[in-house]
Amino acid sequence: MNRNLILGATLSSLVVLAALVSFVWTPYEHAALNIPAKLQPPNAQHWFGTDHFGRDMFSMIMVGARTSIAVALVAVGIGVGFGVPLGLTAAARRGSWLDEVIMRGNDLVFAFPSLVIAILITAVFGAGAINAIIAIGIFNIPVFARITRGAALSLWEREFILAARVSGKGAARISLEHILPNVANLLIVQGTIQFSLGILAEAGLSYVGLGAQPPTPSWGRMLADAQTMVSFAPHLALIPGFAIIVTVLGLNLLGDGLRDWLDPRIRVARA
Amino acid sequence: MSQVSPVSLLAERSCWTRSASARNVALMLRYALKRLISLMISLAVASVVIFAVIEVAPGDPASFMLGVNAQEDTLAALRAELGLDVSKVQRYFNWVGGMLVGEFGTSYTYRTPVAQMIADRLWVSLPLALYALALSTLIAFPAGIYAAARRGKAGDLTVMGATQLGIAVPNFWVAMMLVLIFAINLRWFNAGGFAGWDNGFWTGLHSLTLPAIALALPQAAILARVMRSSLLDILGEDFMRTARAKGLSRRQALWRHGVRNALIPVLTIIGLQFSFLLAGSIIIEQVFYLPGLGRLVFQAISARDLIVVESVVMLLVFAVITVNFLVDLAYAAVDPRLRGRT
Repeated sequence: MNRNLILGATLSSLVVLAALVSFVWTPYEHAALNIPAKLQPPNAQHWFGTDHFGRDMFSMIMVGARTSIAVALVAVGIGVGFGVPLGLTAAARRGSWLDEVIMRGNDLVFAFPSLVIAILITAVFGAGAINAIIAIGIFNIPVFARITRGAALSLWEREFILAARVSGKGAARISLEHILPNVANLLIVQGTIQFSLGILAEAGLSYVGLGAQPPTPSWGRMLADAQTMVSFAPHLALIPGFAIIVTVLGLNLLGDGLRDWLDPRIRVARA
Repeated sequence: MSQVSPVSLLAERSCWTRSASARNVALMLRYALKRLISLMISLAVASVVIFAVIEVAPGDPASFMLGVNAQEDTLAALRAELGLDVSKVQRYFNWVGGMLVGEFGTSYTYRTPVAQMIADRLWVSLPLALYALALSTLIAFPAGIYAAARRGKAGDLTVMGATQLGIAVPNFWVAMMLVLIFAINLRWFNAGGFAGWDNGFWTGLHSLTLPAIALALPQAAILARVMRSSLLDILGEDFMRTARAKGLSRRQALWRHGVRNALIPVLTIIGLQFSFLLAGSIIIEQVFYLPGLGRLVFQAISARDLIVVESVVMLLVFAVITVNFLVDLAYAAVDPRLRGRT
């Protein structure tokens, strides 16, 4: 076990735990207004202080973690769900027109940053967390397609794949039974990285009003609300910011740690 | 035995070199042409996708502009004026054809040419992205080189720790913190707004400084990591050992051979970062109330001014695709092996 993995796993679990616990318990009702107690700095009653409506920031951060995790997780799911089969197909039919179409399609999607996709979707269907998921998810597809294809291409040259072909297995079966398990480690590491990028993207989209809409609590929205009050209540901006940083840092460290841990060469070198 | 004169040898060699370099130029041209065709196809498909998505939007811009009580003949006249009275295919070609000659149509809400609106806003967004790119490079290069030169030591660990943090920080949050520290507390900068280039270059640059720093810091963290790992790869190469063996000091070898070779992948990342910076400036403009493309597109979304959204999105996608194309060309110019590939 390496330090990155332990620290990353600890920070990430902390955030996931906060999100899960928020389903059954938060110190206060996260949407409960309490105007007399507004804009309190962190104190014994309200660990993270209160916002301009007197809502408890700690409870909002806990519930906000749900939004961030849900959006980023589903977006990674979309990326894996579409990108991996595309990458496997492109590799299995390498050099064919299908490979060419898939890879050029990937290049095209790559030209649309998730913010631009979100702008397009919002302009047509209106803002919402679902749009954020779709926008980030679409951006994830070429990432997973490319990484799967790249890794699968070198696997197709290996002898154990030749053996599988000789035994009469078709391309689809080889892709599923032999290629996929061998690229799984890579996908887990990339999944962690895309998950952390998804958290950042969700925060950005919610901040500009293209993501989660009120009353759904979201760290990005909390920052947008804090903007005009940052001079006299800096905790409104500091706390959601720290929440995002801790989550993204945790996931990035987890990704780095997993990569080292799952890569046998590095593991052997360590031992 | 016939004697070969040195002159004929030289002539032969120069002939060989010429034909080799001619072949190189031909390969490069062929590669550039292939990539150019691919660029055209990408742009064409992207324009179809953008147009199609916007077309899905419910509602008629003319009735949106004139309200529910508008007369049918007034609506028809406005539709004709906006070019909405023709078939969708015709409208697509009008839109694309217009863009090719710099005509983006007329804004539904402001009734002014979209091209003019975009051009005005680009004078904020483009300099902001370039300023941020310059800052990010200025921060990342020394940091990456320093870390690589001190691999495994305290300096390296500090830089790597800082970059790990830099990657995790959202740029708009950095922007808010910069406002809190440098605008509200220290009063060195304005908290928002743009002074305009008419008031002088330095005044304009001054009002873009905090936004540019906010955009640059997270990108600099990524770039510094790329610079470090690229340089570490190079430092392990045989020619670096040769450079040391022929008497260069560590520092001389690092600068003369290491940094120069490590720059190739770094330049690619810089090119790719430009498109992220342009898109990222859309969010940062919101923090600083800058009148750039971001503000334009968000105002257009809330006013359902779809032609503006359509054009700004196309412009951003055009920028990303073109920058990627230029990066590919630059890469192929430096690394001849790439020209053979498609």
